[in-house]
Amino acid sequence: MATPATTTAIDLSAALVLAPTALADWLVVAPVALMIGFGAVLMMVRKSVRLHGAIAIAGLVLLVLLDAALLWRVSAHGPVTMVMGRWLPPFGIAFTADLFGAVMALAAAVVALAAGIFALRDIDAGGRRYGFFPFLMLLMAGVSGAFLTGDIFNLYVWFEVLLISSFGLLILGSEPEQIDGALKYAILNLIGTTLFLIAVGYLYAIFGTLNMADIARKAASLRGTAPLTTLTALFILAFAMKAAAFPVNFWLPASYHTPRVVVSALFGGLLTKIGIYALVRVTIMLFPVEREALSLTVAVAAALTMIVGGLGALAQSDVRRLVGYVVIAGIGNMMAGVAIGTPAAVSGAILYALHSVVAMTALYLLAGEAARLGGAWSLSRLGGLWRQAPWFSGVSFLLFIAAAGLPPLSGLWPKVALLKASLDIGAWWLAAAILVSAFLITLALARVFLLAYWRPRPEPAAGTVAGDWRITLPLGGLTALVVLFGLLPEPLLDLAYGAASGLADPAAYVESVFPAATMERGAVR
Amino acid sequence: MSTLILRTVAPALTALMLLFSVFVLLRGHNEPGGGFIGGLIAVSALAIYGIAFGVGAVRRAIRFHPMAIAGAGLLLATLSGFLSIFFGVPFMTGLWVYPVIFDVEVPLSTVMSFDLGVYLVVVGAIISIALALEQEPGPELGGEED
Repeated sequence: MATPATTTAIDLSAALVLAPTALADWLVVAPVALMIGFGAVLMMVRKSVRLHGAIAIAGLVLLVLLDAALLWRVSAHGPVTMVMGRWLPPFGIAFTADLFGAVMALAAAVVALAAGIFALRDIDAGGRRYGFFPFLMLLMAGVSGAFLTGDIFNLYVWFEVLLISSFGLLILGSEPEQIDGALKYAILNLIGTTLFLIAVGYLYAIFGTLNMADIARKAASLRGTAPLTTLTALFILAFAMKAAAFPVNFWLPASYHTPRVVVSALFGGLLTKIGIYALVRVTIMLFPVEREALSLTVAVAAALTMIVGGLGALAQSDVRRLVGYVVIAGIGNMMAGVAIGTPAAVSGAILYALHSVVAMTALYLLAGEAARLGGAWSLSRLGGLWRQAPWFSGVSFLLFIAAAGLPPLSGLWPKVALLKASLDIGAWWLAAAILVSAFLITLALARVFLLAYWRPRPEPAAGTVAGDWRITLPLGGLTALVVLFGLLPEPLLDLAYGAASGLADPAAYVESVFPAATMERGAVR
Repeated sequence: MSTLILRTVAPALTALMLLFSVFVLLRGHNEPGGGFIGGLIAVSALAIYGIAFGVGAVRRAIRFHPMAIAGAGLLLATLSGFLSIFFGVPFMTGLWVYPVIFDVEVPLSTVMSFDLGVYLVVVGAIISIALALEQEPGPELGGEED
């Protein structure tokens, strides 16, 4: 008599996916492989610093196109999966792009391109020889990998890739102040990553799989017996550390003001959002029930993060540090969406993340340009920018409005979505925190505008106003995105809602990894 | 550290260890070994050479900048993965050819070229660290710039 066990035994031939791979499926790994390839080429021509800019920009343009094609394909045909080495999932490492991952990857690619163009002027030959562009490529490989992978251990690997590249970028120039900032950043991020790794270890012990689709499938059956709430709490702590949420936010203001401004811009725009991405991916898609149990804790942390960010921004006089606190306040908003957890709230958090990726990068670039024009980072020494550079000041004004969340620009819609979601579940205090934080950020940015732009100049002008395309193009482009999203929010609102509902009900995601047709493992389920 | 005994032995030892590192690299497909461990052995060989004859001698001996070697390895590994795009199979799928050279069948695969890439990455990355550590502190403390 054949026992049921024999029907589930998988022989070697069945462990390989034999169906041919469509060329379009390559879109899901292409961004990562492309960035690694370009990084490798740039490492090989490290001495020829003149070539770096052109190669890097070409790579980033390609990355934007690939990510756009991926997003188009995902929105047209649903999630895309490719399993490395043709192994049957969950044995092989799967790359799975759903709407959430694809749209975040595209946003990241766009700001990386903007930062790359800005870097053409900001990073001199010394910085290039040090390896700015190779690091940038490898950073983007890590970022794209984190957004597109469908395997939680692989997510950890991409975290490491981007972390190591970020160390390199952070100490570009080797100034004592940078080493000081980098040390804090490195140690605290390593602790966060170690927590993540420990959590992944527990998860593997419980589930016996690391494939996220597989985890999502199995979570329901293990809920009664395994300590999933503890596991989720560990993940939340690790990712909150990455995202710089209160009370583990102190590393961000301690380190983000030390590197080159374009590096600050990339970090402020991308790295914290990866923490949020991982938080949303794990809590909303994999462990929604456990997130429910922890939602009050997350909500309190979110509210405190918003308030701390707002107050911190008000207290700072260094423009870069101030922007760092604006980033933190935004993280609080996104975490509020995670705490509430309804599709509407999650779509608010996703919208906020997209807005924040673009607006925070632009804000850092802006701060750098303001400091170059004014010759100082301190608000007490800056002044008269309005008179010195009216166009630049106009762009600054738009970006400040967007970052503060005032109508009619991009910061408004995510805040409205989050406010509505928190009022819907009766969390008036969370809604109040969102509003108070927005008010504090408005005050802080208004203070910057008042002191650095309107106030007559305390000392004679330092920098010159030159319409350099390497500055106007990225700043103008990012501002245009912010304005566009503010005025025509419909497509992005739909996209974010689609992404959020894909997370709330990951059936399509699971189906993409484990297509019903090729699955003979029904008996296991 | 640069004694007569070491300087006499170092070239032979380095050559032997480099040969052994290639052996370990190729052996790694079916048995313990592989690109990573092979690369480490190669780095140890070059480090011994560096202790005996100085950092400059190693840099001249490897001809290319360590970081360029690492970059080449990374590129080779990535391209090995990409080769499967032409065969309708996913990224990083192992592809094999069996050419017969002098009546001996030599199985070659993208798995091996990937491992060779790993070998080069390890050699390039670790030797640049090792050389920076072996370098005499001085005006070129910046290390791997020359």
